Amino acid sequence: MAAIDLANPTRFLAFSGRLLPFVWAAALVVLGAGLYMALFVAPADYQQGEMVRIMFIHVPFAWLAMACYGVMAIAALGTLVWRHPLADVLQKSAAPLGAAFTFLALVTGSLWGKPTWGTYWVWDARLTSVLILFLIYLGLIALWQAVEDPGKAARAAAILTLVGAINLPIIKFSVDWWNTLHQPASVFRLDGPTIHPSLLWPLLVMAIGMTLLFAGLLLMAMRNEILRRRVRAMQILAAAG
Amino acid sequence: MIAEGAHAGFIVAAYLLTAAVLIGVVAWIVIDGRTQRRRIADLEARGVRRRSAGKTPS
Repeated sequence: MAAIDLANPTRFLAFSGRLLPFVWAAALVVLGAGLYMALFVAPADYQQGEMVRIMFIHVPFAWLAMACYGVMAIAALGTLVWRHPLADVLQKSAAPLGAAFTFLALVTGSLWGKPTWGTYWVWDARLTSVLILFLIYLGLIALWQAVEDPGKAARAAAILTLVGAINLPIIKFSVDWWNTLHQPASVFRLDGPTIHPSLLWPLLVMAIGMTLLFAGLLLMAMRNEILRRRVRAMQILAAAG
Repeated sequence: MIAEGAHAGFIVAAYLLTAAVLIGVVAWIVIDGRTQRRRIADLEARGVRRRSAGKTPS
């Protein structure tokens, strides 16, 4: 089946229905292995001791918070340029997931910050820009709820999503552009990761597991949204008699 | 394994909160899916059909 064939919502429902059990099985296996490595195999950090274990959930959530927004920005282009109905569905379905991941990145970071920095929160560029990302997610969710017509809501949300995408490079490079309490990048660097492999591997396994979890949740949420639109269409037909 | 220490509470809190939020998201999506399927079944039971129902996607 060509990828373009999935553009049909009915075919997407059939294909995602067959794919989902494999995605969930992979997510559970990889997340189980990642948690075992993070909690039982990875050594304590030489500086921050056991607190490093929060990194194994905080960092994947921070990556996914941005990746989810990147996916939404691509879908927003699909909505505005190609008027693709599945792009609308993806945009709407991903926003609550992105909000949840961003919330978890902020809260786990705060719980990591108190014992290591001495404070739960500081208004530095990285933390503030991620908080803005969270607020953008909430704004998008509110926008989807406020506009009744799904097509109009999709176009409005797409414009807001693309405007908000300027925040992604600000988040990424905030630790380089400004003096921040948050540490600079230590995995995705031109000169290679600066984390010891004993900590890096559990982190990468957790990140893959969380990404599979995100994929499973997104597919399910998209299927729900397609069904919601069918309900709406049927209700309109029923009302028209 | 996590050693006992003054900061163990932060680690436990981070993992428990993560589990709570993720379980909540999964539950919300599962319940939402069941709700939409039930609504479609109810509408179909009343004889309402989508215009494209039964058509083979091309």
